[in-house]
Amino acid sequence: MKVARAHPLWLAYLLHRLSGLGLALFLPLHFWVLSYALNDAAKLDAFLTLTEMPLVKMAEFGLVFLLAVHLFGGLRLLALEWLPWSAPQKTWAAAAVAGSFLVSTTFLLQAI
Amino acid sequence: MSEFHLYMAQRLSALVMAPFVIVHIGVMIYAIQGGLSAAEILGRTQGSVFWFAFYGMFVVAVSIHAAIGLRTILGEWAGLRGGMRDWLSAVIGLGLFALGSQAVWAVTA
Amino acid sequence: MPERDHLTVTVQRGGPDAPMRPQTFEVPAYDNQTVLDVVSWIQQNADPTLTYRFACRVGMCGSCAMMVNGVPRWTCRTHVSKVLDGNAIEVGPLRNLPVIKDLAADMDPFFDKWVSAEGMHHPTRTRDDAIEAIDPVTMERQEANAGIECINCSVCYSACDTVAGNPDYLGPAALQRAWTLYNDAKDANKDAILDAVSGTGGCHSCHSMGSCTTYCPNELDPLSAILGLKRATTKRFFGGRK
Ligand code: HEM
Ligand code: SF4
Ligand code: SF4
Ligand code: FES
Repeated sequence: MKVARAHPLWLAYLLHRLSGLGLALFLPLHFWVLSYALNDAAKLDAFLTLTEMPLVKMAEFGLVFLLAVHLFGGLRLLALEWLPWSAPQKTWAAAAVAGSFLVSTTFLLQAI
Repeated sequence: MSEFHLYMAQRLSALVMAPFVIVHIGVMIYAIQGGLSAAEILGRTQGSVFWFAFYGMFVVAVSIHAAIGLRTILGEWAGLRGGMRDWLSAVIGLGLFALGSQAVWAVTA
Repeated sequence: MPERDHLTVTVQRGGPDAPMRPQTFEVPAYDNQTVLDVVSWIQQNADPTLTYRFACRVGMCGSCAMMVNGVPRWTCRTHVSKVLDGNAIEVGPLRNLPVIKDLAADMDPFFDKWVSAEGMHHPTRTRDDAIEAIDPVTMERQEANAGIECINCSVCYSACDTVAGNPDYLGPAALQRAWTLYNDAKDANKDAILDAVSGTGGCHSCHSMGSCTTYCPNELDPLSAILGLKRATTKRFFGGRK
């Protein structure tokens, strides 16, 4: 039987997990590209010119969004767990997503 | 390491990273203006003790944080348990630390 | 609402000996009808071998919980009109528990975890002492009162995805009971409680998704109780005492 559970805090949980997973998978790639600087700055530059491609720009937007949404969502969880604070969680979860869109859109506008 | 200690390590590493991530996003938004180049990045970071310490601590924290987070996901979504899961997450943590250290060294040394 | 004279009810059948499979029944519709009424109608009029469980029929005993259209609910307190999907209802045994047969889930793991979470009384006095006077307005008492109406129905346990992914996880109800006792002036061993909820599958495995609080039919808030345990264990780690 399918399980019905798509309420706001459950979606916030899923978003936090998927963003954490996405960042963790991207991280080795990020480190690997930067390590090029050690041996061959020209190779790093070749990589960085890729960032001019629209598709890569969108992917970067996605990454910044993942980072921002994981940051705000994580701070929400830390406050929830460690401060005597239970107030309107749904509002804070929504604010975390909204703030992340703001940050990553700022990034995108600077990038293009 | 009990489950509780892993919890504390993950939350404390998250707390350490919060300011790092904010600065990191800020630098990205700033640096991306007018395109990215190796010279620009290296000009900012090479020989800088500040950026070495900044990215160094960032890498330590993220290796701990992500390894514990992936351990949870390996348990809940991949059904791994016991020693196999602990071993795999330790390898992930050490791997991230090794790759990350190499990257920090490459851009700041 | 158009009048309908029949409901299409799909019931999950099976158990340890036979794989679960759905079976569909046409059940007469009435104006006032709970999901438990529908299940009882099937058992009494269509198939006497259908196995399910109930006792009080008024939301007191916690024995009638089942999955109804994907949501764990007390069937005795769930009006059909509230959950009808078109003209259909799907009923299954509670999620996250072994099935005894058909709609009857085996509650043993759920109750065993209450004990593992130190959901038991650690007395401060003996039977020879006078009964302790309890001040009803203290913060601790209010926290304890918040969880005291739990009737062990396992709805929250079935709603929790962390239980689904992690068989060791003690789950919302057991942890809420631990938090209740932790705040009870009549409980003498707070450290044993914090130890019990700090191990494998303890309160730190919870991801604050809040399905427990969303679906508890008693409107209790296990999520906040678990957050309280996380705070108390963290405080103890940094040397703070209650
Ligand atoms: C600002 C910094 C960060 C904060 C405040 C933060 C916060 C958190 C918190 C509180 C959790 C626990 C969630 C739970 O168990 O319910 C978590 C999980 C996780 N984090 Fe982070 N995090 C940060 C950065 C990162 C980064 C940079 C990565 C990627 C490499 C990452 C990867 C993960 C992963 C994979 C999980 C596991 C997700 C889960 O269990 O659902 N985090 N984070
Ligand atoms: S907390 Fe609510 S849903 Fe969970 S067992 Fe108690 S009464 Fe049932
Ligand atoms: S808040 Fe915790 S206990 Fe409640 S459903 Fe989510 S993971 Fe389970
Ligand atoms: S039969 Fe007792 S709670 Fe439903």
